[in-house]
Amino acid sequence: MLWDAVQLAFTAIVRNKLRSFLTVLGVVIGVAAVIAMVTVGAGSSAQVSASVERLGTNVLVIRPGRVRMGPPSGESAPRFKLKDAEALAELSVVGFVAPQASSSYSVVAGSANTSTQVTGSTADYLTVQNWEVALGRSFEPGEEAAGTAVCVLGQTVRKTLFGGSDPLGETIRVRGLACQVIGVLSSRGAGSFGQDQDDLVLMPIKTLHRRLQGETDVTSIQVALRKSVASEDGIRAVQTLLRERREIAIGQADNFSVTDMKDFNQLLSGVNSVMSGLLSAVAAVSLLVGGIGIMNIMLVSVTERTREIGIRLAVGASGAQVLTQFLVEAVVLSVLGGTLGIALGLALAWGGSIFLNVPFTPSALVVLLAFGFSAVVGVVFGFFPARRAARLDPIEALRHQ
Amino acid sequence: MPNPLPNPLIAFRDVSRSYGAGEAQVRALDRVSLTINAGEFVAIMGPSGSGKSTAMNIIGCLDRPTSGEYLFKGIPVQGLDQNRRALLRRHALGFVFQGFNLLARQSALENVELPLIYKGLPRAQRVAAAKAALHKVGLEGREGHDPSQLSGGQQQRVAIARALAGGPSVLLADEPTGNLDSARSHEIMRLLQALNRDEGITVVMVTHEEDIAAYAKRLLVFTDGHLTRDEAVLERA
Repeated sequence: MLWDAVQLAFTAIVRNKLRSFLTVLGVVIGVAAVIAMVTVGAGSSAQVSASVERLGTNVLVIRPGRVRMGPPSGESAPRFKLKDAEALAELSVVGFVAPQASSSYSVVAGSANTSTQVTGSTADYLTVQNWEVALGRSFEPGEEAAGTAVCVLGQTVRKTLFGGSDPLGETIRVRGLACQVIGVLSSRGAGSFGQDQDDLVLMPIKTLHRRLQGETDVTSIQVALRKSVASEDGIRAVQTLLRERREIAIGQADNFSVTDMKDFNQLLSGVNSVMSGLLSAVAAVSLLVGGIGIMNIMLVSVTERTREIGIRLAVGASGAQVLTQFLVEAVVLSVLGGTLGIALGLALAWGGSIFLNVPFTPSALVVLLAFGFSAVVGVVFGFFPARRAARLDPIEALRHQ
Repeated sequence: MPNPLPNPLIAFRDVSRSYGAGEAQVRALDRVSLTINAGEFVAIMGPSGSGKSTAMNIIGCLDRPTSGEYLFKGIPVQGLDQNRRALLRRHALGFVFQGFNLLARQSALENVELPLIYKGLPRAQRVAAAKAALHKVGLEGREGHDPSQLSGGQQQRVAIARALAGGPSVLLADEPTGNLDSARSHEIMRLLQALNRDEGITVVMVTHEEDIAAYAKRLLVFTDGHLTRDEAVLERA
């Protein structure tokens, strides 16, 4: 009986292909949107966790000002200097120190040019970032100390400036400074916020300071704690030293921030839960709208087929059997819509992850949930029209033209 | 009212059916009593508004009397809800309508299978029973035709086959020849007659044509909600 009802439902749906398609369009779009967003969202958060892991949990990021995350506040705090980084390196808890400063410059090689982020740091930068040199080498302590004009290229810059040819030993011009390419970094892809991490030129911080920026400020200092050190202890030691160096009186607040990757993770999971809350709301609204569409068309269908219902009742169909028939039709409709939506959503997610350069990570759970929810929508919104059909008076229904 | 058998197939006892309420109340049937026994072929006649269709709907368990008693095979139908009456229709009644009432875009075979689906028969049995019923009405070879591909007479035969497929005790025909020309009408009547004579199926038929009613063995005439004539029909010359 149930199988007959399913077959009957398919017949009715196929008979009105266009109308059936338009009916389920709401469910298709709703499910597709949710699937696409959840899948791309999962991909980008997987990438964020990967980049956090790459950085290591024992890395501290030190910035001037009390701002921890988000847009900078108005207050200005004294910048760090290279001396601060050197002092941090003396601490017993600290393994590696990478002071960092960067500016955006246009970079020229031959006839090719690009505008990119030029980052000055020490060779420890790559150790702290857990980043490898793919080609050539990084700069040596001697070059760092002397401020030699050498640089290491990110993959994006290498591609733009040199295409397929070997950049090692070539000279690039950074705002007039001739700089020898000594290495190329491995590819990192998009960062936590979607930025292209490979779009940079790395050079000794002293070279950047003296020959390009003409100042000696350090934007941030990244510190890798020694393996055995607990990050709380490391943070305390760093804070004590910096408070001393920046002459902050006891009782006064820090004018710098020390961020642990744990904090970063917490922030991200907070963002993730807000995102999934929003997604659930979008999903609920779109499925509601889709369900109302299905209910509407099922009501029309019951009216159109009043005579058919009368015939069925006359030949002995019970109210329950008529109810089942229309309920099954609504469920088949919405499940078809859900299936279309899943396919469309996965296709969109696939395209989106290529476009946004994040991994494509479809989740079977999400697909099953979407499928289940579309079936539930069919039951909930199909029930009212189906009950109306089941309660028709057979005599009236047979008289209906 | 004579009641020759202790357990008639159909028995009305003071059956009334009224519509509306108060001043606007209309009595379509007014305290009608009648009995129909198994194996009869009854024609019901009367002008429109006489109550013949209402009587038919009550016999067919599509409607219930507002007062009085209707016993079908001894079962008091007036106390049954929609679903129980559906069960009676499914197992004991077959309907033939003036307008055929076949499902469009479904083959003759599928139309005849319809009551069997609700009986819960497996597909193979359904197909076999539907084919047998179509054979009985002389439509073998047309199983795959849609109603739109069949003539009016053939469509009514499909409807009769559908009514027969479930193996009913009573065939209820409401103006079965109303949409057919004279030649087809007589063909259909001969078919109903044969089913009554050879298969022992009780036939109750509403008509307003004398020559169609003449195929029956018994004639009931309704006027203004009352049963005004109940007589045997003489054999056709």
